[in-house]
Amino acid sequence: MNRKLLRKIVAKAGFGLLLAAIMLFTVFPFYYAILTSFKSGSELFNIDYWITTFNFENYQAVLGQSSFVSSIWNSILVATCAVAIAMAFGLTAAYALGRVHFRGRGTVLMIVLGVSMFPQVAVLSGLFEVIRAFDLYNDPLALVFSYTIFTLPFTVWVLTTFMRQLPKELEEAAIVDGASPMVTLFKVFIPLMGPAMATTGLLAFIAAWNEFLFALTFTLTDDQRTVPVAIALITGGSQHELPWGHLMAASVIVTVPLVVLVLIFQRRIVSGLTAGAVKG
Amino acid sequence: MTMADPTVTSANADAGEQSLARSAPPTRRHNRVHRQRLRAAWMFLIPMLVVLAAVAGWPLMRTIWFSFTDASFSDISTYSMIGFENYLVYDNGAWYGVLADPSWWRAVWNTLFFTVVSVGAETVLGLIIALTLNAQFRGRGLIRAATLIPWAIPTIVSAKMWGWMLHDQFGIINDMLMTLGVIAEPLNWTANSDLSMWAVIMVDVWKTTPFMALLTLAALQMLPSDCYEAAKVDGIHPVRVFFRVTLPLIYPALMVAIIFRVLDALRVFDVIYVLTSNSEDTMSMSVYARQQLVEFQDVGYGSAASTVLFLIIALLTITYLYLGRKQFGGDA
Repeated sequence: MNRKLLRKIVAKAGFGLLLAAIMLFTVFPFYYAILTSFKSGSELFNIDYWITTFNFENYQAVLGQSSFVSSIWNSILVATCAVAIAMAFGLTAAYALGRVHFRGRGTVLMIVLGVSMFPQVAVLSGLFEVIRAFDLYNDPLALVFSYTIFTLPFTVWVLTTFMRQLPKELEEAAIVDGASPMVTLFKVFIPLMGPAMATTGLLAFIAAWNEFLFALTFTLTDDQRTVPVAIALITGGSQHELPWGHLMAASVIVTVPLVVLVLIFQRRIVSGLTAGAVKG
Repeated sequence: MTMADPTVTSANADAGEQSLARSAPPTRRHNRVHRQRLRAAWMFLIPMLVVLAAVAGWPLMRTIWFSFTDASFSDISTYSMIGFENYLVYDNGAWYGVLADPSWWRAVWNTLFFTVVSVGAETVLGLIIALTLNAQFRGRGLIRAATLIPWAIPTIVSAKMWGWMLHDQFGIINDMLMTLGVIAEPLNWTANSDLSMWAVIMVDVWKTTPFMALLTLAALQMLPSDCYEAAKVDGIHPVRVFFRVTLPLIYPALMVAIIFRVLDALRVFDVIYVLTSNSEDTMSMSVYARQQLVEFQDVGYGSAASTVLFLIIALLTITYLYLGRKQFGGDA
């Protein structure tokens, strides 16, 4: 009896330890970034495990830079537009792929999946030429255009999954009433797709917000950049003198809204990720 | 079972579609409705396909085209055709071109090493976290929310955060390891050529393990509970149950997640570029191609490298799709 109890306690403690390890592994780097962002000057070179000072100097310095602020606006603009375009084209396509049985559907799905697996660097020079031809080099609009390469296939793929889960009776009723496919889509399906669209839109938004390669290549000046490029290019006197305080403050500023969104919508995000499984 | 695949649910949708066809008598009106739906389907699809052709198809064709030219980044519109010279050419007793460049093969090796090690580690860690989260305990929601944090953080930001934690003089990782007595003096994680790849892998594992964990957890939660009850009644050891029951059942879902991660890891760019910039020790195929293309301004050569990378990934994707074709709803 006693041994059984002991074993139970050991098992419980082991499980608790495992949970603590998982928690530490996932949260610590972000916590440490926040901790560092409150330090300035020589405080940065003392290694602390707990937040001891609340110094907002780094935040003031970063937000005082007009180019950093404009990069936030650029990111918001680019990600919003890229998601809007993907939604507009993705919803109708997802209706066709999810609700209508036609020859060639499997092929279309494979094309969509294939494009989402594209290595971005493989279209870099081709896209660069297109962007140059439309005179969009160093313009956030070039990013809106190029981000469609991953937001659109992702949106189509995930919305198709959600579309398929809706009951067929809805559609039967609409067909019996003689509604056209367009009316069926807009009057029957889109009102029901609200949560699915929110999930998909949020995931596509995060993907666009985080994109780096295109943003690095297609923009040139500080005020046209997006947030990831702005952070990657924060430099000090040399490689060894990076302004870590500023860097961490900038990182926290662009990450906190995402983390808050993710925590609020966590259930939806998990369902969207499992439906899409496209990008991490 | 493979919930990453919308066509699995297509079994139901197809059944619905067919019962829809069967429930109404095959009248002229039904045929008209059916044809109207088919036409509408294509009308709905064509705009999406046109956009994909514009943002993906056309640029890809142009990249392949450029790989046979000597175009330069500063002036991309004037170039001449040089055949396969960017790929491989024999000139004056020596081989030139991407396929003869030891740096390229180094990049190929780095990418493969990175892919195998990080996806392997992510799968194992993801499985452990998923199994933990699958248990019933207080505060499960909290831990699951915490696992989403690394996933939400932009790759650039996580690379910078880890770059600071791995700092050779003031980094907390060195401090921890020294306090624990694992190392005697600080390590230069991102610059030491033996360590930098491991630093990159560490960051990637941290960033993408949550993705694996959540996909695996979703698979675990769809498992039927009756076989576990049977195993419990028979008194079979939990480890044995895991390898004999759980693993085979979640295997299809796990494979889908692994394939997605492998294809993603093969095109890795952000982490490596930010953490170790253009160091040969960690350079991936994407970093190599972009360096040629943008920094060395050699669009032709860079496009040739990109094309080879594309072919590698395309080959893998086609193999995967071919093997998994049975899942992809009949008419492919």
